[in-house]
Parts: sequence; structure tokens; C-alpha cells
Amino acid sequence: MATQHSKSIARVMMAPAVILLLGWMLVPLVMTLFFSFKKYLPLRGGDLGWVGFDNYVRFVSSSAFWPAVATTLIIVGGVLVITVLLGIALALLLDQPIWGQGVVRILVIAPFFVMPTVSGLVWKNMFMDPVNGFFAHLWRFFGAEPIQWLSQASLPSVVMIVSWQWLPFATLILLTAIQSLDTEQLEAAEMDGARPVGRFWFIILPHLARAITVVILIQTIFLLSIFAEIFVTTAGAFGTKTLTYLIFQRVLESQNVGLGSAGGVYAIILANIVAVFLLRIVGKNLDA
Amino acid sequence: MARAATTRQKTITSVIAWTVAIIIFFPILWILVLSFKSEGDAISTPLQVLTSAWTFESYAVVQDRSDYFKHFSNSVIIAVGSTLLGILVAVPAAWSMAFVPSKRTRGILMWMLSTKMLPAVGVLYPIYLLFIELGILDSRLGLVIVLMLINLPIIVWMLYTYFREIPVEILEAARMDGAGMRAELLYVLTPMAVPGIASTILLNVILAWNEAFWTLNLTAAKAAPLTAFIASYSSPEGLFFAKLSAASVMAIAPILVMGWFSQKQLVRGLTFGAVK
Repeated sequence: MATQHSKSIARVMMAPAVILLLGWMLVPLVMTLFFSFKKYLPLRGGDLGWVGFDNYVRFVSSSAFWPAVATTLIIVGGVLVITVLLGIALALLLDQPIWGQGVVRILVIAPFFVMPTVSGLVWKNMFMDPVNGFFAHLWRFFGAEPIQWLSQASLPSVVMIVSWQWLPFATLILLTAIQSLDTEQLEAAEMDGARPVGRFWFIILPHLARAITVVILIQTIFLLSIFAEIFVTTAGAFGTKTLTYLIFQRVLESQNVGLGSAGGVYAIILANIVAVFLLRIVGKNLDA
Repeated sequence: MARAATTRQKTITSVIAWTVAIIIFFPILWILVLSFKSEGDAISTPLQVLTSAWTFESYAVVQDRSDYFKHFSNSVIIAVGSTLLGILVAVPAAWSMAFVPSKRTRGILMWMLSTKMLPAVGVLYPIYLLFIELGILDSRLGLVIVLMLINLPIIVWMLYTYFREIPVEILEAARMDGAGMRAELLYVLTPMAVPGIASTILLNVILAWNEAFWTLNLTAAKAAPLTAFIASYSSPEGLFFAKLSAASVMAIAPILVMGWFSQKQLVRGLTFGAVK
């Protein structure tokens, strides 16, 4: 069926997508690599020549680097732990027979569709504002001193905001996975006297393992590059400067393009390490 | 007896599930309430907020002061434009990979996916520079192109998984009946492909609507979509709770509705078929 003719047509049909993506990948990548070996300050003298690996060394040895790494790890790790654990719990809950299941599902996944700038600002002002925010009112109602969320507890606050956005994603995927579980297997286990806890550990959790891995990998890729949530809440202050935000500041705010590009190359390498694992899982599924 | 027990059990789980769902949904519910209050009432205690008068004034003010509809139409043009352009490029590609697979198909699919994982910040400056050089910084055209490119891998993948589910036997049957290439495309394959294409469009409009890295960094006053418009409230204007709420509600409402229709596609689209 796949004649020589149809094969060449197929190639032509594929060409636009492949060429566009190739250009989208290679052109900026080569430019970033190019800039990363230069001292390049557009507002203060422009191109000041080649500097070898200087930018790479300076990016890592700057005082902002390790705190940014720590912040990134805390945010990514914190959000992953919260969304995966709560996601499993919620998925199990939503899998039970409940009244108004459809509506409950809709309410739970809603935060995922809220644009990042809106969720950042809504949490920052309407909830975490130390004077008029909802939490401040709540704290005062119970006679407690309101918390200065985004300055005193900045990291947990950001983790909370981002978790709120990503919990629906984890829940929805884990719920889909649970629903594909063979119910006969569960019933058989129940007949054999397996308790709910045992059924969870030995049947449901192993079945979910792959979905959990997928959630972790996909979220890691997106979480490594969260930007808007920090941009509108703290603008990188109070210890919330992630690697992504640090690079953004180097490139656009202080216009130190060489240094920022070196940081960009690090970010690309980091993302690729995660991507390799994700691609392996997706690829396996492609064969099945 | 057994039935009574399950009914009770169902009631308990329902109460828990509803409580959790309302807590998760609460921030959205709360800005909906605040958006219908006056500025003065919006910052009072929650109890006073609920008992105070309702008003539409914030919605009117948002439009008057900051030209909401300009940003709204920017969002529509950018989200819909980038998605349709992406579909135009992706349909032939996904089509040929699904129906005329070769040894390289798998490799190409995986490579396309890997471009999606390139961190945006790593290529921020080159894109910024290219946009200045091409004169498309702060233009809707520029954003249509960038968002089309960042979502293209997802579009190709989603379409590919949908197309692959179309049974090849149907094609063979049509051919036996003497259908030509054109008839085959028009009358046999297109009707079967439409639902998949529609779901792909839906999910990608949502993703493009909410994209908040390139839209923030590549626009200023002129082409700013709603993501960037809302970000302008991060200045002291954010202290106007009622207005910020009204603006937020208007920014998320259309996409929230679309999102609820796209639950299933969301899983397929964002896990690249790894979870079905």
C-alpha cells in the first residue's frame, strides 16, 4: 500500500512542520550558544568580544546562583510532593460513587484553566494581602496576627499558589489512570480478604506507578520554567528567584546577554536531562 | 441492608468530596463575588462582603479605564490564530505519519516532542532580538507565530494519536468500491478526523490563551493579550480588589467554560498519549 509515490507525498506533507520546528529549535539555540561565549552588553558598549567560557564560570560563581538553584529545587520539589500526594487522594475520592460527580470534577479541575497571571495576582491580593486579604480577615477573626505571606513566608506561598494550579492536572491524570484499572482484579482481591489499605498498596498504587511518573516528569518540565506566578507576586524578591527568573533578569532587566545566555544553556541542559526520561516512557507507549 | 450501608457510605463520600471541591474552587468563587461589589465593600471582612450591596460598576470601570476589549480581542486573535495556523501545518504532517508510517516516523515524533521541552528562557534573548530585527515586537503577528511554534508539537501529537485510531480497513474498503484519492479524503477520512481535530483545536486555544511567558516578554501596550493586561495590575492597582476581580473574571470565564468541555482531551494532549 505504501508505494514509492505515496511515500514521497508523505514526505512533502511532513516538510512544513519539520522545517518550522527545526528552525524554531536551531536558530535561537545557535544564537544563545553564540552569545554565551561573548561579553555582550547591548546598553553598555554592545559586543565586547569573545570571552571563552568566562560567562559559564561567572554565572555559576555569582552569589545569586546557588540560592536560585535552592529556590528552584524547593519550588519544584514542594509542588511535586503536594500535587502528587493530594492528587492521588483526590483521584481515589473522585473515583468513588458520589452525588453530583460531574459537578465536583468540574470544580476540582477549574484552577488549571486560570491563567497564571490571574492566579498569581488573585492569591497575592485577595487572599494573601496582609491587611485586606481573605486570610488576614480569617486570622484576625480567630484573634491571630495576620501573616505577611509573600514577604515572610514567600517560598511556601509561591509553592501553595503553584500547587493550586497544578493539583487539577495531577488529579485528572491519576483519575484517568485509576479508571482504567481492571475492577475484576480489585473484586478478586476483596474476595480474598484484602483490606482497603492492602488493595491500595498492592493493586492500585502499582497500577498508578506509570501515571505518577508521567505526572512528575511533565510537571517538572513545566515547573522548571514557571515565570508569571513569580513575576506578578514577588518579582523575584524575598528569596523567590528561581533559575528561570535569574536568567530573565540577567537577559532583559540588566541586559547582560552573554551571562544570561550562559545561564540559558544551563537551563536547556537541565531540562534535557528530565526530558530524556519522559521521552523514554512516551516512546515505550508508542510501540504498544 | 447492604444497600442502606452503601447509601450511607455514598453520602459520607459525597460530603467529603463536595467540601474538598468547594475549597479548591473557592478562590474563583470569591473573585466572582468580589467583582460584583463596590471597592469599599470588597476590602471589608468576608461577612460584610457577602451582606453588602451587589453592583456591576467594576465591570464598567474596567472597560472604560483600560480598554478591556482591545486586550480581549488580542487574546482571541493570538489564541485562535496560532491554533489554526498550527492545525494547518500539523494536519498534513500527522496525517502522513499516521497513514504512511516509515522507519523514521517514531524518531520524528520523539524529536518534535523534545522541542517542546526547550526552556523558553534559554532562548529568550535570541527571540527578543529577532523580533526587534523583524519589527514584530509587540505585534499580534509575532505572538501568533511564536505560540504556533511552541504548541506545534502538541498539535501534531494529538492529531497523530487521533488519526491512528481511524481504521485503515475503511480506506481499503472505499478503494475497493472505486473511490479515488479525492473522494477518499473528502467523504471517508475527513468526517472521521473532524472530532479529533476539533478537540485538538479546543485544547490548544486554551493553552495559547493562558500562555504567560512569551506574551509577557514580547508585548507592551499594543498587542498585549489578557495575560499581560492582568499583569499590569501587579502594581498598586492591585489594591483595587473589585476591579481586579472583575478583570480576572472576564479574563478566565471564556476559557473556563471551554476547559470544562475539554477534560478528556486535556489528559491525552498533555501526556502525549502516555496516559489514556
